[in-house]
Amino acid sequence: MTMPFYVPPEQLTKDRAEFARKGIARGRPIIVIEYTDGVLLMGENPSGSLHKTSEIYDKVAFAGVGRFNEFEMLRVAGIRYADLKGYSYERDDVTAKGLANAYAQTLGQIFTHEMKPYEIEVMIAEIGSEPADSKLYRIQFDGTLRDIKRFGAMGGMEDELTERLGQDLDDLPDLGAAVRLAADTIEVVLETTIDDEDWEAAILDRNLGRRKFRRLTPSEIGAARAQ
Amino acid sequence: MSGNGPVLGDILPGDPVIPSSSFLSLLETHGMAPSWALGDRAGSLEIPEGTTVLAVRYADGVIMAGDRRATAGNVIAHRRVKKVYAADEYSAVAISGTAGMAIELIKLFQTELEHYEKIEGTRLSLEGKANYLARMVRGNLALAFQGLVVVPLFCGYDEADSVGRLYTFDVVGGRYEEQDYAATGSGGSEAKAFLKGAYGDDMDEAAALEVAVEALVAAAEEDAATGGPDVRRGIYPNVAVVNRDGITEVPDERLAEIAATVLGGRP
Repeated sequence: MTMPFYVPPEQLTKDRAEFARKGIARGRPIIVIEYTDGVLLMGENPSGSLHKTSEIYDKVAFAGVGRFNEFEMLRVAGIRYADLKGYSYERDDVTAKGLANAYAQTLGQIFTHEMKPYEIEVMIAEIGSEPADSKLYRIQFDGTLRDIKRFGAMGGMEDELTERLGQDLDDLPDLGAAVRLAADTIEVVLETTIDDEDWEAAILDRNLGRRKFRRLTPSEIGAARAQ
Repeated sequence: MSGNGPVLGDILPGDPVIPSSSFLSLLETHGMAPSWALGDRAGSLEIPEGTTVLAVRYADGVIMAGDRRATAGNVIAHRRVKKVYAADEYSAVAISGTAGMAIELIKLFQTELEHYEKIEGTRLSLEGKANYLARMVRGNLALAFQGLVVVPLFCGYDEADSVGRLYTFDVVGGRYEEQDYAATGSGGSEAKAFLKGAYGDDMDEAAALEVAVEALVAAAEEDAATGGPDVRRGIYPNVAVVNRDGITEVPDERLAEIAATVLGGRP
């Protein structure tokens, strides 16, 4: 009879975390910045159809980095969650906090129970009627849920990106400034240049109607960067 | 689903082969789809019914209008019912028939369209939306035999062909595209009779709005269940305009002006 090798839980968790971190670090990063009228989610993504950012509900948006199929599953689950909740109760009852908790539970479960952890991180943004009401939540591969203030980065080189954003950002920027900051930061830190068409940028804009999510077009991104 | 709302683990899209963009099938999986289990005598209940709604095509798109009255038997149940709704950014849906069911049906239809759009990243085609609505009406067939009939009216701007289109339905889920105008509900035939004479090809928005409101006035004059503009209480029809720029609901102030013109000009 063969005995299974004993692996201490510390080692197991560490190995899994390292595996997930490596996968995430390989992916292109996403930057999230609050601006005067809402929240900007932006990153490099040459694909025009496989999005990393998405509308979840009226004032809630999603961004994911890492393996596409894995965060896509969470994105779809999030929309299903939000629509079910909004349909059963009231539209205002759908909040980023509820969804972030649900994501944290799910990712935590997957991290401990599945063969391999998800190699992803997701960010949930919500805007309110005032800039002070905005909320950003970041959920890591192991289910760690964190509350982010004003800006954040996830994916490859995230520490460098976050640090640089922190240095360059003082007051709430307007949308143009936020786009420039996000794009410049990514280009500088990743030492690359990116065409307008190869960006993916989406905003939650409190001036829009009921559904506050909107994608920025390459020409809008180009115009903002040219300022 | 637990008492505290949906749990994410339950709604992870399970089978990757079956498209998970249908909201109704999600509701059904969780036993949350609206259902009205009624006995044989349901038809004898006096449940509020919505009455006249209509849609008119004009040069740039479509206009949809509905009166505000709901009746239960010979009683006016509600005076300010909303019967015309934005289905999504480019389409409108209106209801006639058993009001409670119809309103729930519309809410479900709106959620379904938005759900599809968010998950797929693209809107359903106008034809696709009409077909889906037909399926929802068909799902109600058993209740229709008990007297609980829901017949919607659907219209929208076809982004692919750049035209306004309108659709009518019957209780078995038949879906019919109409040419110029359509009306349904208890005052529907009166409204249609009026529209037949008043409709003009390529009317502009102002003319079409006037025609739509006057058709409701004409229906209200002959059909007791249809409420015309009520100047004293400040109750005006619900009117939505759908064109290239999307859907807009016409504000009450503008409708008050149109109603004044229409009522003033009538014999």
